[in-house]
Amino acid sequence: QGKFTLLRDTRTDGSFLVHHFLSFYLRAGCKVCFVALLQSFSHYNIVAQKLGVSLAAAKERGQLVFLEGLKSCLDLLFGEEEEQSGQPSPLQFISESTSNLKALFDFVRTSLTPSDSDSWKGPVLLVDDLSILLSLGAAPVAVLDFIHYCRVVVCSHLKGNIVVLVHSNEDSEDKENELVVNSLCHHSDLILWVEGLATGFCKDVHGQIKIIRRVSLELTAEQDLVQIYQYKIQDKNVTFFARGLSAAVL
Amino acid sequence: VFTEEDKYSLYSNLLFKYFLAEGVVCGHDLFVASAKEHPDNILKELPAPLLDDTHRNELGEEATVVKSEDFQDSMKIAWRYQNLPKMEASPTTSTKFGHYYDVSKPMSPELFQSIKCHTFYLPEELSLQPKMKTCNMNSAYTRLLESIQRIIYQEGFDGSNPQKKQKNILRIGIQSLGSMLWGDDICSSDTPKDVHSLTKFLYVLRGLLRKSLSACIITVPAHLIQNKAIMERVTNLSDMVVGLESFIGSERETNPLYKDYHGLVHVHQIPRLNSLICDVSDTKDLAFRLKRKLFTIERLHLPPDLSDTVSRASKQDLAESAKLLSSGCGAMAIGKKHLDF
Repeated sequence: QGKFTLLRDTRTDGSFLVHHFLSFYLRAGCKVCFVALLQSFSHYNIVAQKLGVSLAAAKERGQLVFLEGLKSCLDLLFGEEEEQSGQPSPLQFISESTSNLKALFDFVRTSLTPSDSDSWKGPVLLVDDLSILLSLGAAPVAVLDFIHYCRVVVCSHLKGNIVVLVHSNEDSEDKENELVVNSLCHHSDLILWVEGLATGFCKDVHGQIKIIRRVSLELTAEQDLVQIYQYKIQDKNVTFFARGLSAAVL
Repeated sequence: VFTEEDKYSLYSNLLFKYFLAEGVVCGHDLFVASAKEHPDNILKELPAPLLDDTHRNELGEEATVVKSEDFQDSMKIAWRYQNLPKMEASPTTSTKFGHYYDVSKPMSPELFQSIKCHTFYLPEELSLQPKMKTCNMNSAYTRLLESIQRIIYQEGFDGSNPQKKQKNILRIGIQSLGSMLWGDDICSSDTPKDVHSLTKFLYVLRGLLRKSLSACIITVPAHLIQNKAIMERVTNLSDMVVGLESFIGSERETNPLYKDYHGLVHVHQIPRLNSLICDVSDTKDLAFRLKRKLFTIERLHLPPDLSDTVSRASKQDLAESAKLLSSGCGAMAIGKKHLDF
């Protein structure tokens, strides 16, 4: 409860973790607010069906609040004047000169604040992926503020969880992105760091995942716990195994 | 689809034309945008499709010639490799996907009759005022987006006119995006005025493409963009990224390792849509060459290192090409740059 999990990928694509957490929390009966900036709804829906969860059904019964970033951006830019009478678009910062993400935060807050008729277990905020906000013109400080406000509301007040995906590269020249990623690493309770293998592409081992439990944040003078596994992604499943013990080798 | 242009953009233009030509042959509608060359001129230069029979015969001939020569040789030293299947350098003729084109002949105008070609030539469009909210984006990009959105809406590619006769696909081609001709200064200065124009444009374009039945190829002069952070962000926003590195003007042109080829193909990213995994081919090392009639992409073969005295220069190049060979695509895994074995 009240945990902030950071999904970080380097030299590979960590979106399989996003799909996992989405279906995991939906199956657990939590109310999920998914800010999906990178792909369309049907992409997530098709993958979720392979994992055994129907996003459309979850949306129907109000368990899932899905913000499709691509569609929302189009509505904002190409929408007619009369559609503006409703609530302001969550991605308003794209068209305005101020780069604060307040509208996006308000959207998250209203979706996850429980109403009287709700009977879901804890709220969850899922973001895929945060680095896109920088590409769209938000300043790094604005992104960090947004995450901070979300943590206050979701983790502290509502005792929910947050899972955020970011991309990073070791020798990246994108200083703004590195700033955001490093800052989030310091504040996370759990970091799942997915990396491509140092030796390059391999058919049987797609990469390695480092699980870092930030025990040091709990002020008990303990070190962070780090576990490393390797993984292989299949069509409906991901298999994890200890380093060097891939099924192809044994 | 995102192509990083080679230095003199000879080959990326070729790929661009192939994409459009495939659209013509399949009966898709086209949308061509350029700031440099008038789109009508681009359309006139599309390569002619090859009739299946003649081409397949040619490929078949080459393959049989090779086979009959090697048939009798059995390997003496590397006998363990005897049982491996022969490497297929070019795509096998048995799997037919797409069409082949003859680069030396332009496409005949009759093929264009049945399809609609929409064009966007920036110098002609500058006089009109954009209608959509500019959102701090470069005005050339704004106009292009508006034009694309209008075509998609009017022609019903996004399902807005259900009574249209048949669903068709719109192939969009945008040439040299990000160059100075589009009014963007990311290619000319280290600290451009508006860092976010290109990435915002790509995000909105991505939304338009996802919402409609269309596919888009963009070529970008990546070697000119000073700010590498932009290229990283652009890569993250694209489904597929291919880089073309031509050997013209570089020291690789005279390198005996690469004598058969005109350049290298770097696949940086492949699409991972609607599933957890993507379909990755076995090999990552691809090179291209432009023969008189054909532009082919093949697996990179390093010739055997036969000489006793190998000079220092080529040894370093071998290491370089080994470095290239070990790099994978972004969707799966990319190795670290400097590794000593």
